[in-house]
Parts: sequence; structure tokens; C-alpha cells
Amino acid sequence: MVENKQFCTFYLGNLFFGVEVENVQEVFKYQEMTRVPLAPSVVRGLINLRGQIITAIDLRARLGMEELPEGQMPMNVVVRTEEGVVSLLVDEIADVLEVSEENFERPPDTIDEITRELVLGVYKLDNKLLLILDTQKTVRMGPGVGAVSVAGEI
Amino acid sequence: MDKNSNQDPDFNNGMEPVAPDMTPDPINREHSEADTEVSSVDNSEDISGMDAIINEFIVESYENLDQLDQDLVGLEQNPGEQSILGSIFRTIHTIKGTCGFIGFSKLESVAHVGENLLSKLRDGEIDLTPSITSGLLAMVDAIRQMLSCIEENQTEGDVDYSELIETLTTLLKGGEAPSAAVTAPSVESSEEMAPTAEVEPPAQVLVSENKSDQETLSAEPVESNAGVEKKQESRGMADTNIRVDVNLLDQLMNLVGELVLARNQILQFNTQGQDATFTATTQHLNLVTTELQEGVMKTRMQPIGNVWSKFPRVVRDLATSCGKKIRLEMEGKETELDKTLIEAIKDPLTHIVRNSADHGIEGPEERKAAGKNEEGVLKLRAFHEGGQVNIEIIDDGGGIDPEKIKQKALEKNVITQDQAARMGERELVNLIFAPGFSTAAKVTNVSGRGVGMDVVKTNIEKIGGTVDIQSKHKEGTTLKIKIPLTLAIIPALTVTTGGDRYAIPQVNLLELVLLEGEQAVKSVEFIQGAPVYRLRGNLLPLIYLNEELKVKKKEDNDKVNIVVLQADERQFGLVVEEVRDTEEIVVKPLSHQLKGISAFSGATIMGDGKVALILDVMGLAQSARVVNQTRERARLESSEKGGETATDKQTLLIFGLGENGRMAIPLSMVARLEEFKRADIEMSGEQEVVQYRGEIMPLISLSEILLGDKGSIDKETLQAIVYTQNGKSVALVADKILDIVDESITIERGSNRKGTLGTVVVQNLVTDLLDAEAIVREKDPTFFDNQPLAAV
Repeated sequence: MVENKQFCTFYLGNLFFGVEVENVQEVFKYQEMTRVPLAPSVVRGLINLRGQIITAIDLRARLGMEELPEGQMPMNVVVRTEEGVVSLLVDEIADVLEVSEENFERPPDTIDEITRELVLGVYKLDNKLLLILDTQKTVRMGPGVGAVSVAGEI
Repeated sequence: MDKNSNQDPDFNNGMEPVAPDMTPDPINREHSEADTEVSSVDNSEDISGMDAIINEFIVESYENLDQLDQDLVGLEQNPGEQSILGSIFRTIHTIKGTCGFIGFSKLESVAHVGENLLSKLRDGEIDLTPSITSGLLAMVDAIRQMLSCIEENQTEGDVDYSELIETLTTLLKGGEAPSAAVTAPSVESSEEMAPTAEVEPPAQVLVSENKSDQETLSAEPVESNAGVEKKQESRGMADTNIRVDVNLLDQLMNLVGELVLARNQILQFNTQGQDATFTATTQHLNLVTTELQEGVMKTRMQPIGNVWSKFPRVVRDLATSCGKKIRLEMEGKETELDKTLIEAIKDPLTHIVRNSADHGIEGPEERKAAGKNEEGVLKLRAFHEGGQVNIEIIDDGGGIDPEKIKQKALEKNVITQDQAARMGERELVNLIFAPGFSTAAKVTNVSGRGVGMDVVKTNIEKIGGTVDIQSKHKEGTTLKIKIPLTLAIIPALTVTTGGDRYAIPQVNLLELVLLEGEQAVKSVEFIQGAPVYRLRGNLLPLIYLNEELKVKKKEDNDKVNIVVLQADERQFGLVVEEVRDTEEIVVKPLSHQLKGISAFSGATIMGDGKVALILDVMGLAQSARVVNQTRERARLESSEKGGETATDKQTLLIFGLGENGRMAIPLSMVARLEEFKRADIEMSGEQEVVQYRGEIMPLISLSEILLGDKGSIDKETLQAIVYTQNGKSVALVADKILDIVDESITIERGSNRKGTLGTVVVQNLVTDLLDAEAIVREKDPTFFDNQPLAAV
């Protein structure tokens, strides 16, 4: 029997991403945050989420993509990881999708290196591809991650 | 006044309810002790203090005894089990030690013979037989019995235990106990054992004992109804206290923290709203929250006397073994502080007290010769001041000889000649806290326990405290420790820079200075580009917060706000844009991704619901080089301080590269030397990385960069030089670590090889000096860069 999995999906530019629904605590619209000087540039700031302070990571910066166009506000996807609760900033939040395992495939080798590292696999949907994000790896701040120079506009 | 109406204790209770004190003392000890115990408590310095010690002793001993019963039975089942034996031995040893100190000689003698028996068992000199188990259980019962007597009326009771002692002594000699004691070879419970060991049945003893006791008591006017507590309740004391899991308290504390935050937020709303009912409700909420916060904090509070209670014994033993006379005075032992802090200061305090008794106070002859009283005084003082707990350890001993310290420090390479010449007496004395420094001229059995004063200092700093030492040679030493009351909720000053708010823990705050107009321009002077301000005649180094945090200043104004802060004995001024108000903040840890930033110690939620970062004053001072780098580095650096001037000797780490390449790096730049297994190396992109101290550290192969081949990185184990800057570390992989040398070097500049600063001659061999920073930048130009300036 093929198991179906549920993913919380969102857009980053024209890429369509998903994270396992079990790992998502909540999603919410853009909220003002406190920037953290000296922090890796992918860290956009700290958010007060009902008394809990969580770190917001700019997923575009993390994946080496260019910044969100001026005036467009990102949204928060709050994920639970081994390193605590972290908010991923994405362009736009989409539906929760249930996809069949038989459409799964490993990421092709040709895609961008950072993306390949952070993507667990691809689901072939009817009209597009769903990239599954490895949240664990995404929030882990390895060396060099901070060095991806993206001017944090807060 | 309460009559001692033991017929109806409830009546009295009804009439005079016991106040809901945190630590009610159900038994009026002062009278009973004064009347019955004076003879045995010979050096009773302070009866109520004694009382607290006895209380603690009883509660602790009961717990221990319960464990003991289990252990003994367990031991009978597994006779060879060393860990159980060890545990039993320690328990009895503790009881013996404490009651010896308090002066319960009978209890001590029983415990003593038991201890002897146990030590033989432990050392395997005799084997455990059922009769020995029975004897030990009987001893436990006897101790229990005496404890209950002590709890009730401060005496050990007048039961004769000599027979039990005899039995145990016989067993000790390897003989069999008198038949009566061995009739029950398999003992199921301790209750059965008591009679077999020919101790009188406890119940009976208690009754008779109580009668006589009550007569004595009723003859005396007793102030509280506590004295008539039902004698059957052998655990009156334990009943009024409950033990709560500290985790539960922590959880409560967290919840209260949340509540305080919510309260702060609501309070801010309230200033906008006009609704009278809302205002009243908020005020009520405010009040209740504050009280709840205090209450919960109180549950975690413990008197410092809990730690001190061990010291009379410690000092006494030390004094005896060193042939000194020392009087221990304690003042303010009721001073309370948070449980976690109590735990944290226990070892440092013990170490300091030991040190003072061992090295501080002189022997009687020496004291006499110096015109002092033969008896040295070691004084412990604790008091609250400015939201902090102050602990002082004062001795009137020989004090610290700054000259001696200087010699020692030079000898151990803690400081250089040059530095020594510049150091004042106070600075010299404070050197005893320097890593790798031990003042003990000889290793006595007292000192040399592996905890140096540097560890004391580190431990105290870990809990946000400070330690300061003042010493007058030949007159004595005073150690002052300041620690916060609690760590979870702290008062903090809010400042802004670059438009963001930051909280500064009030503990670090000394004063605020505002310079305006012309003053602002004139008063800040520069020494080689380093800004300083004359604060009452002393030069105060200034650090600009926006520069440290690499954020843009919001606006240029003609005001200079200086927050004068204290970090590790040094003062410095932090220049901020605005100083706001002070607020109670709840400290929240930073997420994993931000742990490495030394400038922040945590974050908090402000009244308006936004997050503010809490500045780590120590970290700021370190990164701005107001104080030395981290202690760990200080240790390395200390041996090499001389590198500041070109002619001085410098400590260099020599390593090999390629076939016969020799390279050197100043040891001061080396955070650590490590060896990594090939298997531990992972890949992140094209970068080799290794997980190191909870962080991910990139590996840079020096041979790859300098020689252009992969070299050593393919070896099974890699020798790595950990280089740290701006809180980030990289591992520079060398082919071979060769040596560490002290050498006077002159750099031949003009080397055009990349990654080297130049060439030096070390040990008569030409050696390239590594430019670690350039190497890292070569590999990753932005590695040490911080977040680019964000436009505001």
C-alpha cells in the first residue's frame, strides 16, 4: 500500500516548496521583528510568538536566492526542529497538499547546489513540481551560511 | 503565653494558629536546648543557629536512614555489591560526622562503631553475615530512635546502647554476636530487628522518655504551642515541609515569567485606555502578578546558612590538622538566594573557606609574633544589597603578599616583567584568580583539590556574579562575592542604538553619564584612536555600541550617552544613542543559530510585545578588548603576553607543511589544538566541515591553500589549529604539529607569498609566519564578516 503524505506548501519565487505537516507548528503573516546585529545574514530577526522568542530565517537567503522585491512582505512558516522552533520566511503560503509516495523522486543532480542540499526530494504533481525542504538542515547554521551576503532590510 | 497543655494540643492549635511561615519550627528548641543540652553543645556559638543545623541534620538523616534500610536489605541479597556498601558507609559517616560536630556523643558513638564495621566490610576484611546485617539494622534503628528523641527534646534519650555497641564491636572483631542478636538471620524489616538486637522496644522507650521530658517542659514556661506537638509524631519537622521537585519549581518560574510579560503588555495598553474598570482590573492583575512572582521566587529561595552549615566542621577539622586556632563567625546566614545559585556557590565557597583557613590564617606562634590574638577569626558575612547577594569571607590572617604573587606570576609566566612593573598592589593580588595560578607554596592535603581560584572565579561569573579580593599583607584578606538573587527575572536598563532597543542587566551598571553640547565634543579624547572619557579623573575607555554591533547610527546628535559598566574588574563606558528606563525583564535564551554571538546573552520581550536583545556586558568588553579574551585563551595568551612588543619573546606554534615546509603561528592566535578523525569530517557544499562543540566548523587545508595540493586532509587523523575570530572558528589543518617555542623574533616583512606574514628564523631554521586571517579570507572572503549593515 502506498502511503500518502501531507505537506504544508509555500512559494519562493516560482519554486513550489513543501514541509511535512507534522513539523509545522503554525503559519502567520508578516510580523515586525527585532533584527540581530552580528548574526548570520540569513537570520532576519527575532519574533515574539505569544511569549516565545523565535528566530526568523530568511529562506530566500538560505537558498541563495535573491531578495524578495521591495514592498512585498514575507510570511512565516513556523517549524519545529531539533534545534527548537524556528520561523521560515517565505513569499506566500499555499495549501496543505496530500501527495502520493509513488510520485516521489530524489532531487536531480543538476539543480543548484545549496538547493539540492536542502531538498529531500521532489513530488511530481500534475502541473508543477513540489520540492520537499529538509527543515533540519535548513535551520542548522553551518559555516558559510552566514556569509551568503544578502543585505538584510528590516 | 501558652501553657504546656499536652492533653489537648489541638485546642492550642486552634487558639493560636501557626503562622504560615515558610520554615516553621514546630518545637521550641531554644528552651529545651538551653535547659537540657548546654552541657553537650559546648561551643554553642548561637543557639538558634545551632537549631537550624539540628533541624537540617534531622531531616537529612531521616532521609538517609530510609535509604539505609533499603540498602542494607539489598546488600544482604547481593553481599558483594561495593556500590551499596559505599553508599551505606557514606551515610553513616555523614551522620557520625554531623552529630559529632553538634555534640550528640551517644549517637556518635553508635554511628562510629557502625562505621568501623562498615569500613571493614567495605575493605573486604570481613564478610557480610546475616548477623552483621542484623547488627547494622539494629544500629540503624538505634539511630532512628535517638533522632526522634532529638527531634522531640534535643536530647538523645537515656536509653543505654552500650550493649548494641558491644555487639557491633564483637562483630567487628570477626566474632559472632551474642545469640540474641543473631536469632533472626533473614531480616524482613527493620522493626523486627530492633528487639532482636536487644535494644529496648522503641515505643516503650519513647513513652517513658516523653514523660520525663514533658515534666521538664511543663516546669518551664513555653512560648509557643509547638512544644506540645504530639509526641507520637516522630517526624513533626518533616511534616511541615514538603519536598518539591525542582523541575516543577522551574516550570512554575517559567510560567510566572510568561505572566509577568503578559502583565507588562497589558499595563501598556492600559495607559492608552480610559476605561475605569479595565484600569482597576489591570492594577489588580499587576499586584497579584507581582506577589505571585515574589511568592514563586521565594519557594526557590534558600538561606545561605544551608551551605554554611558545613563550614564549622570544615574549619574545625582544618584547624586541628594544621595546628591552628580558628574561630568561625557567621553573620547573616538567613540571607536567602535562589536554589540554583545556592548549588552553584557551594563549591566555590567551600574552596575559599578552605583556602582562608589553610593559607590565610597563620599558626598560633606566628600570630603571636605578629602581635595578633592566637586565635584567628574567619568571618562569613552575607547580606542583600541592591538586588544582589553579597557574601564576604574575611580572615585576619597573613594576607597576601603582592611581592610573592608577583614572583609566582612571573615564574609561571602568567604575566611579563613589563606588566608586573606596571601593576598595582590590587591588581597583583587579583592575579590569584588568573588561570594556572596557585598560591599554595606547598601542596598540603587541604589544598590541591583540583579547584584553583580561577575556577572559583569562573564558577561565580557563570552565575552572573563577581568576585573581588582585597588583601593587606600581614593584616588579612577579604573576599567579596556578589551574585544576583535570581537569574530568571532581572532588572535591566533599556538603551537604544541604530533604532533598536537593547537591555543591559542592571547588575553590570555603575552609572550613567550624559554629555551635551560642547562637552560632548570636548570631553571625549582619543589615545591612538581609542576614545576615552575622564570620569572623575580616571580614564574610562569608551565603546560605541553601534560600532560593536556594526549597525548604522540612527542620527547624529550632539549628545553622548555613556553607560558606565563593569566587566571583570574593569570599567568601561558604552556609548549608546538613547537611555530609556529600567524594567524587570524575563531572560530567554537565544536560539541555536545565534548562540555564537558573544555580544548577547539572551533576549527578552518588552512591554510593547517586541523582542529586545540582552547585551552581554562581559562579551562586549571582550570583543572590544576592554578585558582579555576568554579565559581559555587567556591561559594560552598569558604565556606569550610579551608578543606585544617586537623585541619581546613570543610563543610560537611551529608546524610542518608539505615535505619540509616549516610554518609558525603565534600561540596567542591559536584557540586550541585538535585532532579530528577523517570519519568525523562531513561535507557542506564543497566545504569540509566538522562538528565541534555544538557548532559546525569549516576545515581549511593549509597545504591546499599554500602549496596547492590536498595534502593532509586525506589522512586518517588530521591535526588542526583552531583559529577563532568574531566568535567564529575555523580549523586550519596542518600536516604536522612540530613544537611550541619561545623565541625573540623579528619579522622580515615583504613576503609576497600569499597567506604568510613574512619569514622568521626560529630555532635557527627559516620559518614562515602564517597569516591565518588571510588564509581564511582566501577560502571564504566573507567568513569573518558580520551581517552587512542594514539600512534603517
